Amino acid sequence: MAHLTLVQAINLALIQEMEKNDAIVVLGEDIGVNGGVFRVTEGLQKRFGAARVFDTPLAESGIIGLSIGMAMGGLHPVPEIQFEGFLGPAYDQICSHAARMRSRTRGAFTVPMTIRVPVGGGIHAPELHSDSPESIYAHTPGLKVVMPSSPYDAKGLLVAALREPDPVIFFEPKRIYRAIREEVPEDEYTLPLGVARTVCEGSDLTIVSWGASVVQCMQAIEKSERSIELIDLRTIYPFDMDAVATSVKKTGRCVVVHEAPLTCGFGSEIAARIMERCFLQLEAPVQRVAGFDTTMPYYKLELDYLPDANRVSRAIQDCLAY
Amino acid sequence: MPITTVYTAEIKKISILDEHANFDEKLGDGLIPNDALVRLYGAMVACRHLDEVAFRLQRSGRMGTYPQNMGQEATSLGAAFVLRPDDWMVTCYRENCGLFWRGVPMEGILLHWMGDERGNAMPKPHWVTPIYVPLGTQMLHAAGLTLAAKYRGIDRIACTFFGDGAASEGDFHEACNFASNLEIPVVFVCQNNFWAISTPSKINSAAPTFAQRGLSYGMPCVQVDGNDIFATVYAMKQATEYTRKHGKPYFVEMVTYRLGDHTTADDAKRYRDADEVEAWRRKDPIIRLNAHLKNLRIWDDEKEAALRAKVEQDIADAVARAENITPPDRVDAFDSMYADMPADLALQRDTRQTHSLGQDPSQLPPEAQERAAQLDAAALAQHSAH
Repeated sequence: MAHLTLVQAINLALIQEMEKNDAIVVLGEDIGVNGGVFRVTEGLQKRFGAARVFDTPLAESGIIGLSIGMAMGGLHPVPEIQFEGFLGPAYDQICSHAARMRSRTRGAFTVPMTIRVPVGGGIHAPELHSDSPESIYAHTPGLKVVMPSSPYDAKGLLVAALREPDPVIFFEPKRIYRAIREEVPEDEYTLPLGVARTVCEGSDLTIVSWGASVVQCMQAIEKSERSIELIDLRTIYPFDMDAVATSVKKTGRCVVVHEAPLTCGFGSEIAARIMERCFLQLEAPVQRVAGFDTTMPYYKLELDYLPDANRVSRAIQDCLAY
Repeated sequence: MPITTVYTAEIKKISILDEHANFDEKLGDGLIPNDALVRLYGAMVACRHLDEVAFRLQRSGRMGTYPQNMGQEATSLGAAFVLRPDDWMVTCYRENCGLFWRGVPMEGILLHWMGDERGNAMPKPHWVTPIYVPLGTQMLHAAGLTLAAKYRGIDRIACTFFGDGAASEGDFHEACNFASNLEIPVVFVCQNNFWAISTPSKINSAAPTFAQRGLSYGMPCVQVDGNDIFATVYAMKQATEYTRKHGKPYFVEMVTYRLGDHTTADDAKRYRDADEVEAWRRKDPIIRLNAHLKNLRIWDDEKEAALRAKVEQDIADAVARAENITPPDRVDAFDSMYADMPADLALQRDTRQTHSLGQDPSQLPPEAQERAAQLDAAALAQHSAH
């Protein structure tokens, strides 16, 4: 078993699934010879040829629109959008077509497609290279939205996404692309979409998080003397509310942590569901530690914007003190 | 020589059967066999009659908003006539004539505009995509569908339709650019009908033609009289032969005119002159083909009456099929969202509620549970009656 980074785990998942399924075709900006700006698709073109792994013109709507047609035509395209900030031009194709095709044709046409998108801040990138738009897509019926927080999960979740008959947006937290290494089996495994992971068990308070924030949460938990349970949602839609509710019923207290702005961030949905499902067990109002409702600042201020272990710790203490 | 010419181009226009039914024998002879010509005429008459029936259905409250195709029948029909049955035809919503030629059932189109998704469940053997409502997005899908065929080694091209308004959308340019650069065999057909709702085509393009937009992407381009079935067939033959042979895209501008309103929700008298419409009425593709058939002595009033009787009956039957379809099952709206239904969505489907106490009334005191059960039963009865 190899110690892999998240980038390497995704690369391995792509290679292994492409070996098995010749319907998988990889496309995007700079993903061919260059292997992608983060090198996630490194070596794929050499291995599978330029008909299966190809560079496109620089047009995100075009990339997704082309992929939708390919999917309707029987392939499983894997378009890469270089940064989440460039999803904007593709929004129409994703939400007006990919998400609706199965429903509006009552299943006559479907769009099996995995859109890979580096997401989130913390890498000193230029503007529009650090945002967290997952709740926009979780709010669009017809899509599935995934965001792994570790190399092991990234491989298992991506394999599951590549076998999905419906469109998946696979957000890859770039802050932890190379920050973590862990054992990732060569052998095939999948992690079903919609199933959360209990990162660590505890009895005093539940933290719900996803993506790179899971790392900040772990740091806060390690500093705390109390017994904290951490749930990594892994899939934003469908989301594993049973896992969250079971945990919060046990602990009675919950902090949700994400990079995206507070208002209408997916934490809002989690908090509402906890209120509905755990009303009698709640000992404190659900707390949300999130990005501020500002434009994602340039990188000099990005660490002030992003939830860090200190803000998470403060929320844990306040929630426990209530 | 400091200044040289690096590029020059010209755009040809094809016209074979003009508005006075003058016929260019050099271009037109042998292009369409007489028996096919009669069938093409019948297809246009049927499409036109459906427009009239659909208009009345909308006005009498039996159908929602409907976009008439009136005046533009020869554009998509010429394409459908030339394309192979298993080439993709990726259209917008004013290409009914071509879709019917390929076998798309009329009730499918009616159902779409009657607010029923089952109208979009077009059977795949017709190799057509469902009606697209947001303008200008479908051309990329045509490129993707064709690329999928190319990847599988299948000899299949696509023909995609869009209007002069949609040619302003970014996706139009991206589709042209992708198809050209990635060598995807797509015939792009711009139906220039001069009006995008109330926006005249000059606001969508300051250039003399829409055809020349193809030049920017290295495509051969041509303009044709879109109200001339011979010209559209001629151009589509050239376009499909080139596209199939070279594996590259081709651009055709079909100049036509939207004789009706944009949709039944529109009143074109607010923004365009009656004289202009009247001038185009005389260029109607059906009138000139009727005259040509008579000139060929293969058509007469008796045949016309028989055709119209058959068309009226066929369309009455199609309307009956569309109106008599079983009501849609609300469950379909949920079950068609994902191949595997998320549990949360299934709960919404099964309880018909989004509020948590409605989804799980066991949390309520007994008397409130009883009330909730009564309300559920009443709602269900009301829904069934509806």
